[in-house]
Amino acid sequence: MRVNVTVNGEQRQADDVWEGESLLFVLRERLGLPGSKNACEQGECGSCTVYLDDVPVCACLVAAGQAQDREVRTVEGLADGDALDPVQEAFVEAGAVQCGFCTPGLVVQAHDLLDRVPNPSDPEIREALAGNLCRCTGYEKILDAVRLAASRR
Amino acid sequence: MDFLRPETLAEALELKASRPDAVPIAGGTDVMVELNYDHRRPSALLDLTRVPELRQWSDGLRIGAGVPYARIITELGEQLPGLAMASRTVGSPQIRNRGTVGGNLGAASPAGDTHPVLLASDAVIEVASTRGTRMIPAAEFYLGVKRNALEQDELIVAVHLTPAKGPQQFSKVGTRNAMVIAVCSFGISLFPQENRVGAAVGSAAPTPRRATEAEEFLASALDFRNPAPLLDSVKREFGELVSRAASPIDDVRGSAAYRKHALAVMARRTLGWAWQELLDGERACA
Repeated sequence: MRVNVTVNGEQRQADDVWEGESLLFVLRERLGLPGSKNACEQGECGSCTVYLDDVPVCACLVAAGQAQDREVRTVEGLADGDALDPVQEAFVEAGAVQCGFCTPGLVVQAHDLLDRVPNPSDPEIREALAGNLCRCTGYEKILDAVRLAASRR
Repeated sequence: MDFLRPETLAEALELKASRPDAVPIAGGTDVMVELNYDHRRPSALLDLTRVPELRQWSDGLRIGAGVPYARIITELGEQLPGLAMASRTVGSPQIRNRGTVGGNLGAASPAGDTHPVLLASDAVIEVASTRGTRMIPAAEFYLGVKRNALEQDELIVAVHLTPAKGPQQFSKVGTRNAMVIAVCSFGISLFPQENRVGAAVGSAAPTPRRATEAEEFLASALDFRNPAPLLDSVKREFGELVSRAASPIDDVRGSAAYRKHALAVMARRTLGWAWQELLDGERACA
């Protein structure tokens, strides 16, 4: 089937999409947007977090057809040209990135948190990121990054 | 595979009638996992996310089957504290943004987080087909492991719940707070005006189930009109009866013996919290 979807403000079209395919597969393999990562494919790890109509979701759990005529914003859509989003900058500066695989999902999820709660408490940060797994950092630097981004927004 | 995309409830019911093999999908938090892992190859998916009737709630309360957990927490937490508590324990923020009570009911997993609350709060499930609408009490909805009372041509349309008439509590045991399937869970609802409680266990029997004897015991042992501090003996007996209502198995998440023990603990604690809330409320009114 054909899927028409707005991705990062641009009208996109994917053809020959299998009806049982996930939005994540469409983004990565058909639309050339490999920022969202594919790891668990069951919503456990949060690496594929994207905005769907402004709500963060696991792209692996959205059927491609469900994204028809919807708006998707991926990690690629957060930066303004070469200027990184404050959340992305904070992740770099705080050393919150090691292997980098979980980073796109964490950045999108943290971005949403700071949009809703400009000055989150530590428990609020932990709760917001509870669905994003990182196996490298031990999370401390990630919490630092979110606090840093909050202080700058 | 076909991808069916109804835009009204009537259209969805027509499609389900003509394609009973179509698997309904809303938040996708169960169905997409099965597809991604090749555990299921349905001949059709019936996408319910574009059906506005399913995504609304109205006073009374009638909650559309497609209202995600995140909205139940933010919009209905005051009126349905028990359901909101259970909803907060579902998955992660991303999962709660997508997952729905209708999906919990459709999957009918014994471990589904909202089931004990729906049972303890006398929820009624509204299901519909082109043949008409049926109202099924939650206690009659769960038939077996991942089996519910739906006919092939029916869809879960809404859940009916009255706004809480007294304190409600929910408790769940798992290895961490987020992203956990319940080892076992427990829901309790107090109905002070009717001098009774609802109590139900999850993930501790082939289906979620009410702890009827425990409910009857509390109805006779407690005076809701002049609530006095709870006796330890009452809490213990209640925990014991809740534990006895379960028939758990040993599995990867926990042993049957542990589940029985944990249920008694959760029952004692949640009763204590709910009863304290009742006492505090009385004092505030006095």
